[in-house]
Amino acid sequence: MPKLSQSSVYQTGAIVLSLLFIAVVILLVGGSPIEVLTNMFSGAFGTPDQVARVVMTLVPLVLCTCGLLFTFTAGLYNLGIEGQISFGAIASMIPIRLFQDVLPPPVVIGLAILAGILGGALWGLLAGMLNVYGRINEIFAGLGLNFVADGLAIYLIFGPWKREGVASMSGTEQFSEALWLPTFGSTQASPIALILALLVLAATIVVMRGTYFGLKLKAVGQNLRASSVLGIPSIRQLLSAFAICGACAGLAGALQVLAVFHRLIPTVSSNLGYLSLLIAMLIGSNAWLILPIGFFFSALNIGSLQLPLALDLESSLSGVIQGTIVLFALLGRGFSQRKHLPTQPTT
Amino acid sequence: MRVELQDISKRFGTVQANDRVSLTVEAGSIHGLLGENGAGKSTLVKILSGFITRDSGRLLLDGRATEIRTPADAMRVGIGMLHQDPLDFPPLSVLENFMVGKSGSLLMDRSQVIRQFRELAKQFNFDLNIYAKVGNLTVGERQQLEILRLLSLGVNTLILDEPTTGISAAQKEALFAAARKLADQGKSVIFVSHKLEDVNQLCDRLTVMRQGEVVGNLPVPCSESELINLIFGHELAPPVKPPTQRNTIALELEKVTLVSDRLNISIDRLTVNQGEVIGLAGLEGSGQQLLLQLCAGLLQSPTGRIRVNGQNMTQQPYLAYLNAGIGYSPADRLREGLIPGLTIQEHVALRTPAKSWLIDWKEILDKTQRSIALFNIRGKPSSKVERLSGGNQQRTQLSLLPVPLNLLLMEQPTRGLDIESTLWVWQQLIARCEGGTTILFTSSDLDEIMQYSDRVIVFSGGQVSQPIDAAQLTVDRLGQMIGGRFDAPIDNFADSNGHTASPNGEPIHLSKM
Repeated sequence: MPKLSQSSVYQTGAIVLSLLFIAVVILLVGGSPIEVLTNMFSGAFGTPDQVARVVMTLVPLVLCTCGLLFTFTAGLYNLGIEGQISFGAIASMIPIRLFQDVLPPPVVIGLAILAGILGGALWGLLAGMLNVYGRINEIFAGLGLNFVADGLAIYLIFGPWKREGVASMSGTEQFSEALWLPTFGSTQASPIALILALLVLAATIVVMRGTYFGLKLKAVGQNLRASSVLGIPSIRQLLSAFAICGACAGLAGALQVLAVFHRLIPTVSSNLGYLSLLIAMLIGSNAWLILPIGFFFSALNIGSLQLPLALDLESSLSGVIQGTIVLFALLGRGFSQRKHLPTQPTT
Repeated sequence: MRVELQDISKRFGTVQANDRVSLTVEAGSIHGLLGENGAGKSTLVKILSGFITRDSGRLLLDGRATEIRTPADAMRVGIGMLHQDPLDFPPLSVLENFMVGKSGSLLMDRSQVIRQFRELAKQFNFDLNIYAKVGNLTVGERQQLEILRLLSLGVNTLILDEPTTGISAAQKEALFAAARKLADQGKSVIFVSHKLEDVNQLCDRLTVMRQGEVVGNLPVPCSESELINLIFGHELAPPVKPPTQRNTIALELEKVTLVSDRLNISIDRLTVNQGEVIGLAGLEGSGQQLLLQLCAGLLQSPTGRIRVNGQNMTQQPYLAYLNAGIGYSPADRLREGLIPGLTIQEHVALRTPAKSWLIDWKEILDKTQRSIALFNIRGKPSSKVERLSGGNQQRTQLSLLPVPLNLLLMEQPTRGLDIESTLWVWQQLIARCEGGTTILFTSSDLDEIMQYSDRVIVFSGGQVSQPIDAAQLTVDRLGQMIGGRFDAPIDNFADSNGHTASPNGEPIHLSKM
């Protein structure tokens, strides 16, 4: 297997190069790479609260990356994932607002989670229908729907769902503590959210490895034309991929509402969808990598938050690090593939 | 401009596409380049126009050695090519297409360009609306536009690649008149074609290529039988197929139309018996593939009816065709037949009816191993299909066809296969026919058509022939039909002592085909 070893050489080389590049960036902004490293580590794992926040960032990352694995496998770039998170969050607010004083809290929570899943799935399906039937590239369909979902959230926060008296960017009124997902001790970490994310991850691994659905999805993604010749209903596969990805994102949105913010805020997706896209690009088709890489990225996110205080550095450094790693990894993949391409296409 | 190609060679992998080819085109002449599929005509003109670089050989323009490495180089020295499928920009207007590739200042003087376009168009009697979208034009009009564009860029050697397929008679006349006019102006025209009638009507000289070499160089007019002998070079192989035909009708087409952006072919009626093998001959892209896709349910005919084994399949979805035991095996295996990135085992799983959500990989593995043994595939269940050789990809593709197989539609069954694989594939196919499978196949190898068909249908330039018994076919007849002559037998130009016998004059109809 000379090809495998060669491509892994490229991958390793890419990681080393990206770390060097990051060190240079840190030096350029006047920091010390070692100090940044130790500070980020203590920022992510110093206190139980910080660990809890890492876990609660990991949950939406895992959910969204699982969803994106379906669309990527089908050969689709679902940039609408952000909007699917937001729409899931909005949808989860509906049962909360309707039933919070009527039904017992566990039922309301259950309904809110279901509504989030359904809302995200519908939003994803909408992008899919624009793509399949409207012939709009799924990237633009998704991006367009992101703006619509964000606009809808802001409209609701400042309009029908505004707080008594004043509407504000800080979101709708916080709902009663009875509807919050239970947490580990006094931290933010919710065992239910974590379990849901791990269940979705397990299901994703099973579907991708061992089901006809996963195999057909892979076939459609690799070669749409040959798949239809072999009799695979490609439109149904593509739409399902969109709906599943939307459902995962919608669940993430509902959990952001129920476990993290306890209300609807304008930026409820917090760019976690885009971060998941980076993770999805990094892992390729290997679902087993979702958890470790998702954990690493969420630790970077939380760990960088105290950089401004401790080292007088921008906390956006974590974004630079994440983006750099992904770009270099993709470059490494690109170069190793380029070596294997034939130079002259034969006619 | 006098164009001389000397000892041009070009190799693609194992195929020697051009083997020391020499060709001289005099200034002010129209030079025909003939040959069957794969003879190396296209490679040669693509080398001349810079789309392909040669391995060795020399190019002289008006006696001076010249290097051409890109199409831009070719344009700079005045060589332009009109491609078989026009290389234009369908969403843009005629005027915008005309302006593409013009050098000059940053800002274009539209009114001046319009004036130039109108002058040129008038000179050649081309009637084009400059504001029409190119996507709405006919193929003939797009050719006219491309010719005007090339001329405005200063081309003085024009290469026309199979220009008369898919255009109307009037457009053909205009095209020929334009070519004549260019030659009279001292420009040279290279006319690549397989249509005997066209080359005899238009060209001053002919060069015939076969299997990458020049096999003849002759003045026009010349005898068609001589040309056919040069093009095909040998007597065709005798049929080897045993009779497998039964007396029931398997496939019935009635008043169907094959439509693509270049073709519009009507087939009034075609019936094929169970167990019969029909070979579809003709230059690639003449509609054979459309007929196969129509019978496979991948292409709908806007008119008519199609019945398979008595079952009405008209306007049925593709899945109904699959369920009726109709299989399609495309020529472009990695683009249309198989899925690169997936293993043989995964392909087998895709074609296995699902019993539950979960794939029983153990059962699939067993099934794959049986297929690999039965179809003699050199590969493992976990081999990705793109890593297999062409022959093994074809075997894999055959193993994926529906069972039972009532009707098999196969493109190029043995293209790129070695002799052993070729024989094996046909052995399998004939065994299927004995079991009652009906086969329609295309091939650019006339020997293959002759050896394995019961009947042959010829496609040429928008026409389609009635099925002809393979036993009655001769190389002359087949060559003539591929050359576009469906109704006339060989009229020997040499007999009339070389003087412009009208190709349309008094065709003698064959009493029986």
